[in-house]
Amino acid sequence: MAVLVCAVVRPWGWPEAVVAVPAAGLVIGTGAIPLGHARAEAERLGPVVGFLAAVLVLAQLCDDEGLFDACGAWMARAAAGRPRGLLAWVFVIASVVTAVLSLDATVVLLTPVVFATAARIGARPKPHVFACTHLSNTASLLLPVSNLTNLLAFTAGGLSFTRFAVLMALPWLVAVAAEYLVFRRFFATDLDAGARAPAAPGPAGRPVFALATVCCTLAGFVLASAVDVSPAWAALAGALVLAVRALARGRTTPAAVARSAALPFLAFVLALGIVVRAVVDNGLAEALGHLVPAGTGLPALLGVAALAAVLANLINNLPAVLVLLPLTAPSGPGAVLAVLLGVNIGPNLTYAGSLATLLWRRIVHEHDTDVDLREFTRLGLLAVPTALAGAVVALWAALHATGGRM
Amino acid sequence: MTTVVWIAEGTWPACVDAARALAPEPAGIVLLHVTAPDVPGAACGAYAGLLGRGRPERDPGARLERAAAASAAELLDAAAARLGRPCSRLERTGRVEREVVAAAEGAGLLVLARDGDRNRLGPRSLGPESRFVVDHAPCPVLLVWPEPAPDVGTIPPPPRRP
Repeated sequence: MAVLVCAVVRPWGWPEAVVAVPAAGLVIGTGAIPLGHARAEAERLGPVVGFLAAVLVLAQLCDDEGLFDACGAWMARAAAGRPRGLLAWVFVIASVVTAVLSLDATVVLLTPVVFATAARIGARPKPHVFACTHLSNTASLLLPVSNLTNLLAFTAGGLSFTRFAVLMALPWLVAVAAEYLVFRRFFATDLDAGARAPAAPGPAGRPVFALATVCCTLAGFVLASAVDVSPAWAALAGALVLAVRALARGRTTPAAVARSAALPFLAFVLALGIVVRAVVDNGLAEALGHLVPAGTGLPALLGVAALAAVLANLINNLPAVLVLLPLTAPSGPGAVLAVLLGVNIGPNLTYAGSLATLLWRRIVHEHDTDVDLREFTRLGLLAVPTALAGAVVALWAALHATGGRM
Repeated sequence: MTTVVWIAEGTWPACVDAARALAPEPAGIVLLHVTAPDVPGAACGAYAGLLGRGRPERDPGARLERAAAASAAELLDAAAARLGRPCSRLERTGRVEREVVAAAEGAGLLVLARDGDRNRLGPRSLGPESRFVVDHAPCPVLLVWPEPAPDVGTIPPPPRRP
């Protein structure tokens, strides 16, 4: 609990790892988790963390190459001065970016570009920026790389990269489509206000190299999983290619590349995994065990997804998925993927990802306290149940169609 | 007596044109833009929701705040250029509807545009913010169409009485 509190509160601006790593040492030292279990957890999380680092670096280097600015110029042109057109293209781009380069890329790198694009065509920015924040969660269903929660589940659930993507493709499409319909209605006023065509389409670079590298990396994921090699190697290769090019051209420094790998974050993930394992081993499994519906029928999947969504909203999606994975993994991939639907779509109910974060930010009056909570919650209450229910039914259909029910 | 012109994305050109044509005192025009903090705030919150990424310098909220300030200044510049006569500019931050009402205090006229669903004219042809401003404005209000006003022929026939 203390680790979670500190991760949310971040006393004195410490990185989360400052508390989480000693806490992991403590649970191992006091014998709360047998050394063997801790090692198993670390061995399981090691490749996940490496994969994550490679994708973070890849996304940052794509930004350095101008990929996101090019997306902005392209969206402005495609929207042709119509806010509804812009919203549609924001949905397409944000969904693809989230799926391929992870939700971090959408939140940190794409959202400012989308705001600038809306401002450039004179459209009201709110629907488009809110779409980015929602899609960074909802559109992170498709690939294991899209979200850290997926990476954790993908190793635990015994699914290959390709099979994960095949099973999640339909839920991903359904969830994004549901969000789109909700957004068009919810923001009708802002979208009807109009805009003007871009005065002068700015000089847009064509980051062909970055785009080609990302496509090759994607192909590498599929190929690696076909020959039973960890797809993390494909991500590493993609990141290396872009890093070497950027370094050779003097666009970045080795220190900047290392920084974009976010080492403290990776240490935090590892430590959080060990701490949560200790908590689950020491009684949480029994406590939650009877709450988790068994089986892979539609009602069971809906129940699992709803439980995961509630838990993600209470604590945060990362600890939620770590808690629920050991409990659902025995029921097969269907249940694990339902957990992912819940923890990935669920956080849209509050704009800060979980009640814990939200309450804390309200208490310390960080500068986002001006966000109209009622409006955001109303949007979440419309979008989350719609997207979640649709996605679970789509998952159930996909499991049926591919005969994947255990 | 000043004329306050509410400059909002999408609908502002009609307001500027109306102010130029109808302001009681041509010299006293104030162009008002209100930036809502909830857009940068939402980006900030989304980043805060990513557990474990404790690097404030990557927070997109700060970048959005700077971009919002720049875009507001650009919008007011464009509006002043369209007006083509001396005017003052007023940039405020906060809840849009309340800031507009506060800025209109003591003004002789407030100009704003319809910004709701204009395909079906009725209560929803004003968005929630303009509705609030029209209801609470402390001065006369000039409500203009963002596009040419529809002609009288578009009014549906009256409901039949039994």
